[in-house]
Amino acid sequence: MHPAASDLYEITFSSRPYFSMSSIISISGVTKTYATGFKALKEINLDIERGEIFALLGPNGAGKTTLISIVCGIVNRSSGTVTVDGHDIGRDYRAARSLIGLVPQELTIDAFETVWATVNYSRGLFGKAPNAAFVEKVLRDLSLWDKKDSKAITLSGGMKRRLMIAKALSHEPRVLFLDEPTAGVDVELRQDMWAMVRRLREDGVTIILTTHYIEEAEAMADRVGVINKGEIILVEGKAELMRKLGRKQMNLELRAPLAAVPDGLSHYSLELSDDGNQLTYTYDNQSDRPGVASLIRDLEAAGVQFRDLDTKNSSLEEIFVNLLRQEP
Amino acid sequence: MNLRAVWAIYRVEMARAFRTVLQSIISPVISTSLYFVVFGSAIGSRITEIDGIAYGAFIVPGLMMLSLLTQSISNASFAIYFPKFVGSIYELLSAPVSYLEIIIAYVGGAATKSVMLGLIILATAALFVPLRIEHPFWMIAFLVLTAVTFSLFGFIIGIWAKTFEQLQLVPLLIVTPLTFLGGSFYSIHMLPGIWKTITLFNPVVYLISGFRWSFYGKADVSVGVSLGMTVMFLAICIAIVAWIFRTGYRLRN
Repeated sequence: MHPAASDLYEITFSSRPYFSMSSIISISGVTKTYATGFKALKEINLDIERGEIFALLGPNGAGKTTLISIVCGIVNRSSGTVTVDGHDIGRDYRAARSLIGLVPQELTIDAFETVWATVNYSRGLFGKAPNAAFVEKVLRDLSLWDKKDSKAITLSGGMKRRLMIAKALSHEPRVLFLDEPTAGVDVELRQDMWAMVRRLREDGVTIILTTHYIEEAEAMADRVGVINKGEIILVEGKAELMRKLGRKQMNLELRAPLAAVPDGLSHYSLELSDDGNQLTYTYDNQSDRPGVASLIRDLEAAGVQFRDLDTKNSSLEEIFVNLLRQEP
Repeated sequence: MNLRAVWAIYRVEMARAFRTVLQSIISPVISTSLYFVVFGSAIGSRITEIDGIAYGAFIVPGLMMLSLLTQSISNASFAIYFPKFVGSIYELLSAPVSYLEIIIAYVGGAATKSVMLGLIILATAALFVPLRIEHPFWMIAFLVLTAVTFSLFGFIIGIWAKTFEQLQLVPLLIVTPLTFLGGSFYSIHMLPGIWKTITLFNPVVYLISGFRWSFYGKADVSVGVSLGMTVMFLAICIAIVAWIFRTGYRLRN
């Protein structure tokens, strides 16, 4: 079942701009029209809370990277204002940019510099005094310490990605942007990266990640924003989102196969697998339909015995796909 | 002023020069030596002197200028074009640095390399011909001024260029011909009437003439005009760079 239209409306509506003392990034009325006439962003309003992990989801070309690039000072906005910890990114760009670390999507490093030189360069570029101990810690945390004298060109793809992160962290940013951090990254590195992001959050760093791997957002984010065709269509706490728009499924493994769903259970909208060994019950979280407990009672009454059962929540991915499908 | 950033960029630029020592330093030394062999010895044996200066010594300021112009442009244009090309420019654009700081660092780095190169060529030339420098202060002043001006010019080309071909277009089609035709190897007084007039529209004539004056006290055009032209060219480059940074031209779209 799709989320009810009224749910969607409520969520979308509640994501209108609000101003909170705790927001570290405040984006208001930001638009971007490229010289070609392409409207990449249509009036974006978004506040990022201090210390949260915010996942910006959206299909390719939705405007994720453009939005990040504007906040970081790489792309000029057409209109609107952005503040970072109260500093306007135009008038007070030094203060604003000093707070931000950016890990872009592409692996773009000076191939002929050593790891050590390139990370220290980044630190200097952001106006920070040399601090060998800190840079060493960053490299150790990212398992790059034994590669510190290697040239970037000799590193594997995963290590280059870590090096990009090390560069972004070299100047002790309070806000970290990760643009598609795990695109083309193997599972192990992905786990490492998630662990690192959580550690950073514990240190109070705000993290904004864009991704189109939804399981990433699901695993990491406190809040999720969905952007599509240059518009933010939803901003919501992940748990809330899952609760409001998510669905649950219960699978029952039967002791003996059934030929058909017993008559007394027809109002549950059960699905029977082809071999008759498994019953699946789908229900949404806020549904007023009969719950799991009554289903189990009714199964017993109907004489249906089961060996095992499991329940699962629908993933953010399913929610996301449903949302985009409902977009005009 | 984010001096740490200026220093960080400058250091990387200098490190690049020392990493590519063959390309940055040795190759200009070799080509200068070749010029001496070809122009100094072969032609110099027929032209004994110009304006009372031995031909081999006469061409030294022109040779230095030739390298100074081409190397300043190629150093600075490559320094800013390459990060644009590989995408690592994102870091510079997202850093708390002003345009002025970016300019000081990149142009400073390129100009430093050119000045060093000019001095290396001077030292190389001293092995071939007897040199004298009558106005050392002005020699250094012209050297630095020209290096800065053309590094700035190279920086502009590096920002403007969208391809490697474009990067080499201006140096190849404009700067090298103008330098060769700007009196590096001859005095413009040696040209027949109309060509002498045409040559006066070549800005490089003024650079070379002024620079040669600082060596031998002899010039094709007056030193004041030379200095004025150099400063004017610097001012034009500064104006273009100011416009680039105000509009974000080809850097921040």
